[in-house]
Amino acid sequence: MRPAMQFVDLAGSFKSDISVSNEMTTADAKSIMQMTMLAATCGSKLRVRAKGRDARDALAAIRELVEERLFGEPPGEKAASVQKG
Amino acid sequence: MEIRKGIGVSPGIAIARCMVIDSKDYRIPRRSILDSQRAKEILRVRRAFAFAIKDLTELSERKHFEEGKIKDIFAVHMRFLRDKTFRKRITDYIDKERVTAEYAVSTILREIASHFEGIDDPYISERAADIYDIERRLLIHLLGKVKEEVEHLREEVVIVAHDLTPTQTASFNRTFVKGFATEAGGRTSHTAIISKTMGIPAVVALGDMTSGINSESIVIIDGNRGVVVVDPDEETLKQYRNYAQQVSLFVHQLDELRDKPAVTRDEVKIQLLGNIEFPEESAMVRDKGGEGIGLYRTEFLYLYGGTEPTEEDHYQAYAQAVKVFPHEPVVIRTMDLGADKLPQTIRQMPEANPVLGLRSIRYCLQNLGLFKTQLRAILRASVLGDVRVMFPLITNLQELRQAKMILRDVMEDLDEYAAPYNAKIPVGIMIETPSSALTSNYLAAESDFFSIGTNDLIQYTLAVDRGNEHVSTLFSAAEPAIVRILRSVIHDAGKAGIGLSICGEVASDPEYIMLLLGMGVRTLSLAPPMIPEIKKIIRSVTIEDCNMLARRVATLDSQRQIKNLLRDAASQILPGQL
Repeated sequence: MRPAMQFVDLAGSFKSDISVSNEMTTADAKSIMQMTMLAATCGSKLRVRAKGRDARDALAAIRELVEERLFGEPPGEKAASVQKG
Repeated sequence: MEIRKGIGVSPGIAIARCMVIDSKDYRIPRRSILDSQRAKEILRVRRAFAFAIKDLTELSERKHFEEGKIKDIFAVHMRFLRDKTFRKRITDYIDKERVTAEYAVSTILREIASHFEGIDDPYISERAADIYDIERRLLIHLLGKVKEEVEHLREEVVIVAHDLTPTQTASFNRTFVKGFATEAGGRTSHTAIISKTMGIPAVVALGDMTSGINSESIVIIDGNRGVVVVDPDEETLKQYRNYAQQVSLFVHQLDELRDKPAVTRDEVKIQLLGNIEFPEESAMVRDKGGEGIGLYRTEFLYLYGGTEPTEEDHYQAYAQAVKVFPHEPVVIRTMDLGADKLPQTIRQMPEANPVLGLRSIRYCLQNLGLFKTQLRAILRASVLGDVRVMFPLITNLQELRQAKMILRDVMEDLDEYAAPYNAKIPVGIMIETPSSALTSNYLAAESDFFSIGTNDLIQYTLAVDRGNEHVSTLFSAAEPAIVRILRSVIHDAGKAGIGLSICGEVASDPEYIMLLLGMGVRTLSLAPPMIPEIKKIIRSVTIEDCNMLARRVATLDSQRQIKNLLRDAASQILPGQL
């Protein structure tokens, strides 16, 4: 759950509405329930959308967490990709 | 009287009245409410959340839970309790279905839990336990139960449960909880981790226990042998009371041996090392008089984080253990798991026969990224002390050469970054398959040391799954086949002049020590709590007696004869203590 926790904490630090979706469902990035139920495992594709005043910053921070810091995981397969929406 | 066999995950003996906790079986009846009552029920939900948050805050502030894993679990629960969409899902349900707060909480949390259980990823599906835990937490307040009974204990009990959730175990009053027995769970379950942390005996994987037991029952938990006795008869009770007393007396006496060397009466030095799973256990090895780590299992790194461990995770864990033993050997065994146990790996087809499947070194050789990450961390840690690397489940020379080649690759990588490491790091292998045992002369020529993993070696040699109750009695180290195979591996290692240790359970079984020494073993690696007892045996024997015993064992052709001979010899050494 640690990655979900990191993700939710980060999303929660922004004012914008942030959502994450895979092929099937969309989840509120600030809700740990919805994020864990989305159950993204390594290699799944996620689309992140943000709407609000700090949307740009939010996306940049999430991109950094997922793509660059890989939730503190070793470089290897990309965990997910962030697309602007 | 009923005797049940499970897996002992934390040693010790506990005898007490039992307290049965059944977390999964709260049945909340569906009760409808009037439209006008909806606001009140919704308010009750909010208050339950508020109380649960308060409970959890208090609980996580208690000093002894500052340990990382438990804290992490609480942090997740806290985020759930603060998740507004989560709470809204419950209150919306009340609004729409017109049901009581407790029914809504139970229904929605079970929905979420079953969603997790349905996901084909052991890491996520196990998180259902967290959801049940949160459910319990909320229901305690809604049902107006006087807190948790276990928090208000006034007499000693042992806890019997289906499975224990992290918050349950953490809230137990340590003064009165003397042991755990659970139906579910394994060596790596929450119950196992926490009972070890708390230092109380625990037996898990007992199968159905809670239905046929009531709170008046006296229960014996024997964490040393993985046995639970329900409603023992007078005789058994007496035996166990004696045993428990002896154990505590013995432990006391043994502590005095801590600083004395492990030498036989005829002055032969035996090296006693500890087997550990978590880095924190290295301190226990030292406290018990161990002279290093003979087997550092690294699987916990892969099982608890939920994600593949980073090189830094590995390094920190290794450095912590090496810090305790800066000048003594620390043997790190590379990942020894089946593909099915790894979190977030690319889904494999389920294997029909996982014990003979893609696991351990085989998995590593096919997943070089994961393997190299671990090797890099081991090499980096190698400059901190006498670190050695060991490959598990090697079956032939080819695999050993491949693994060593990858180790050299990683060394070259490190050279590029000018990262320091010990280029002469000793490389050894586990001898735990019949094929490696039968070809140990070839393997010895290219290894720096052997460590015989008797548990798997016996299982593979005798074709017996000791977890299977129908055949587990056939599992014995006293089978002539095992004695013969051990003898030949020990002989090959000696001839090649390489190190040899025994790291399976026989190394901590008092009855086998003389035989092992007699066959030429001079290094044993065992569970830290057993070190003092084994040291005492070593200090009571002479190698000459051991040699004679080993020669006699070699002439016997049945398990029963060998077992009896070993038992007689051991009881002469330590009369009354076995």
